[in-house]
Amino acid sequence: MARAIEFQNVTKSFRGSSQNAVNHISFTIEEGEFITILGSSGCGKTTLLKMVNRLYEPDNGKILLFGEDISAVDVVKVRRRIGYVIQQIGLFPHITVGGNIAMVPNLLKWEKEKTNARVEELLTLIGLEPKEFKDRYPAQLSGGQQQRVGLARALAADPKIMLMDEPFGAIDSITRLRLQDELLTLHQNMKKTFLFVTHDIEEALKMGTRVIIMNDGNILQFDTPEHIVSHPADGFVTSLVNSAKAKEEFWEKFK
Amino acid sequence: MYHQIINYFQTNSNRYLQMLTDHIRISLWALLMAVLIGVPAGLLCVRFRHLQKPVSTLFRVLRIVPSLAILLLMLPILGTGAAPASVALTLLAIPPILENTVAGLKEVPAFLLETADSLGMTSGQVWKNIRFPLALPLTLTGIKTAAVEIIASAALASKIGAGGFGDLIFTGIGLFRTDLLLIGGISVAFLSLSTGFFFYLLEKILLKYKRM
Repeated sequence: MARAIEFQNVTKSFRGSSQNAVNHISFTIEEGEFITILGSSGCGKTTLLKMVNRLYEPDNGKILLFGEDISAVDVVKVRRRIGYVIQQIGLFPHITVGGNIAMVPNLLKWEKEKTNARVEELLTLIGLEPKEFKDRYPAQLSGGQQQRVGLARALAADPKIMLMDEPFGAIDSITRLRLQDELLTLHQNMKKTFLFVTHDIEEALKMGTRVIIMNDGNILQFDTPEHIVSHPADGFVTSLVNSAKAKEEFWEKFK
Repeated sequence: MYHQIINYFQTNSNRYLQMLTDHIRISLWALLMAVLIGVPAGLLCVRFRHLQKPVSTLFRVLRIVPSLAILLLMLPILGTGAAPASVALTLLAIPPILENTVAGLKEVPAFLLETADSLGMTSGQVWKNIRFPLALPLTLTGIKTAAVEIIASAALASKIGAGGFGDLIFTGIGLFRTDLLLIGGISVAFLSLSTGFFFYLLEKILLKYKRM
């Protein structure tokens, strides 16, 4: 297995803050893993994610993608090779669904037929009938459909690495469960590496082959979901796991 | 009165068409110049933030000077005729275009700009594909406001010999001819309304995604 993502002693701080948002972090992710990053707001998980596609530049340390130091590669090229999905979805309102999905292929100057075929393939993959949805504008879709299109856009140029920043955070819980399952199926069917940020411990444990738990810019534990539940690394992780268990007890009451 | 107006059109239709074309020509030139100055100036104000205050203050001060005064001030520099009139009207029209362009560009949400970056657009591509198209609705509103103001104020341009419906209005005032006043005034109003309608159609075509 190739090393898809490697952080070597990476530090990032923001102006006006005495604390490091990301504090001397090192880890390695193998190709094909689904890594979830769990932590409360302000713990540095989004900062960590945005350094992978160079939306933020680290102050110190190195980030390697498939062995290549990304600071040495043209930033535009790095980004076109990485899929990125955010909570606000970020579909461009003035561009049709098809046009949004074709964005990166167009930037890469694919031939028209190839792009069209890819757009239709992706729409089918995410369960939206191409003929019906291709020429619609984002405002004509439901939130769940919009996020599906956001995912399709990120997948368009077949990136090896996918970054997702709380992609289902603003979606109702029924649709969220369905999207989670669909994403897991998608992951199993293609050899892509996912980095998925969430503040929801159940989502993190459900989705991740391994889970990174962060607090105050540090990684507290990086392990499989089973191991995290059975052997929490410290008090913070224990309290996280307990909070999820407390929820379970809450539901027991209704039985 | 009715007969007088009919009579006017029967005997002076060529003269009327001349005033109509003059009025439209002055207005179009002024609008074109105002767009060519206002939109890039707005862009620069957003790109280089420290420019915004001085630039918009400059144009706002220029605008406070009454249009008639500007027209007369232009006399010694540009002489009489259509050119100085267009320049004066341009000054009048820049502020709404500039300020709406700035507002439109600033209104583009940060997360959309970040998404554009994350897809691997160069900064030029972000301007072309995202920032300009999303600022367009407000910019168009600014241009519409400017166009309507220009057409109304262009009536004053006849004071410096630029022609247009102002000729008719000022003659009407001078000779106490209500019929001429009415023809001039209504014609200007009609031009303004048509302009508003033209922009309404333009928005309908260009901003299709907004009506969904």
